[in-house]
Amino acid sequence: MSDSPLLEVEDLNVTFPGRGGATRAVRNASFSLGRERLGIVGESGSGKSTTGRALLGLIPPPGLVSAKRLQLSGQDLSSLTDADWQRLRGRRISMVMQDPKYSLNPVLKVGRQIEETYRLHHRASQGEARRRSLAMLEAVKIRDPDLVYHFYAHQLSGGMGQRVMIAMMLIAEPDLLIADEPTSALDVTVQNEVLRILDDLVTDRGMGLIFISHNLTIVSSFCDRVLVMYGGRIVEECKASELSAARHPYTRALMKAVPVLDRPVSELAVVIRDPEWLR
Amino acid sequence: MIEVSDLSVNFRAGGRQIRAVSNVSFSVAGGETFGVVGESGSGKSTILRAIAGLVAMTGRLTVNDRPMGRARSKADRRVMQLVFQDPYGSLHPRQTIDDALREPLLIHGLPEIDRTVEAALADVGLLPQHRFRYPHQLSGGQRQRVAIARSLILKPSILLLDEPTSALDVSIQAEILNLISQLRRSYQLTCILVSHDLGVVAHLCNRIAIMRTGNLVELLGVDSLRQSLAHEAYTRELIAASKGFTRVVR
Repeated sequence: MSDSPLLEVEDLNVTFPGRGGATRAVRNASFSLGRERLGIVGESGSGKSTTGRALLGLIPPPGLVSAKRLQLSGQDLSSLTDADWQRLRGRRISMVMQDPKYSLNPVLKVGRQIEETYRLHHRASQGEARRRSLAMLEAVKIRDPDLVYHFYAHQLSGGMGQRVMIAMMLIAEPDLLIADEPTSALDVTVQNEVLRILDDLVTDRGMGLIFISHNLTIVSSFCDRVLVMYGGRIVEECKASELSAARHPYTRALMKAVPVLDRPVSELAVVIRDPEWLR
Repeated sequence: MIEVSDLSVNFRAGGRQIRAVSNVSFSVAGGETFGVVGESGSGKSTILRAIAGLVAMTGRLTVNDRPMGRARSKADRRVMQLVFQDPYGSLHPRQTIDDALREPLLIHGLPEIDRTVEAALADVGLLPQHRFRYPHQLSGGQRQRVAIARSLILKPSILLLDEPTSALDVSIQAEILNLISQLRRSYQLTCILVSHDLGVVAHLCNRIAIMRTGNLVELLGVDSLRQSLAHEAYTRELIAASKGFTRVVR
């Protein structure tokens, strides 16, 4: 969509040293992102979440992150200090996690938590922050923002909790949002509601979105472009609408393994893993 | 084979009565796989638990023309076995696979335990070397295979499956679903499968009940489900939602 990409990643590696040798969670991943919706799909252990965390500087020691290039709008991310990361997180890049139950502070009103994000990045009075926070709750289609502002995490349903999380992540108006399985803990009907809100916000604000999911159906219908990860590698990159015509045998096998409502089969295809894929 | 009429389940929580399932009726023929679909809180798992005698219920339940209450004899329990969603939570972490499979046989005083355990492992595609491992030494898919082996070791005629693949990756899900359909053929099992995934349910079941807030919204044949020939608006909404995200053109 735009000329210069928002995010450029070249040869990203994430390694966790261990007694039995190093585990290479992400291997030579290269991709770029414009102001678009990029999906990352893969099974558990494929490195998709680790990739997302590496972009936010959230790989805990002794994990090692290295990359030939890791740039956000031209700014180099690989040489940032902790203080630089603090300023960047929330303001430029945010992340929505899978389960609002574990990501929200249980002893703080949700309205306060949204405010906190805003005040960390903007000089604003209490009143101003509160006004923004209420407006943000409205933007994520919370019906009664004044009421929900005073709720604690346990009083929210799954769908509401996830909307609050999105509100909190978007209030500082980041350029890039990383959503790690944002709808996996939700019911299908609620799932689409949350996706719609995310979609509208991303489009209206011109953000880039990295959407990490294991659900091929959602990724192919929601994103513009898809990366398929297997064993820490990006094995395929294609347009989301062309996922069904994928080339890599892993992607094709994965697509066939999903039981689809309007495509009856007597037996599901099983993914037969080829060691060659890990070369 | 299984007949449920006017099944209701009430829970008491915080001094309030909560009706988890209200007046649900259906019957499952021998050899059939019956599906129950719904979102969280719809009562789909509670129905399964009521049929298994794990929660108190009102209404009538007959299995093989015999009325069943909550109290079950050993023989009753042998006929019906459950497989749970979470292969991590349903196996005892300090018991080896051998212990887990041996236990039902010991309880029911069955002979030839060694041979039966061996055969049960082979049945679900596990190798002899898996027998003396602990659950944490197995993958999620392997653990679910153990759970299935344990449920089948008493040779039940009815298998109750509660979201058996929701915690698994799609490639592993495909393997477990294939295993279930192969086993149900070789043992002529009658199954009730509870899931939130319409694709999974349609893959295994002939008839499907759609649940919402404790009520049975609609009973559908699998073909009507596949062709979206549902009568109720909620069912149609559910079918549409399961096909992925649709972007509204603004």
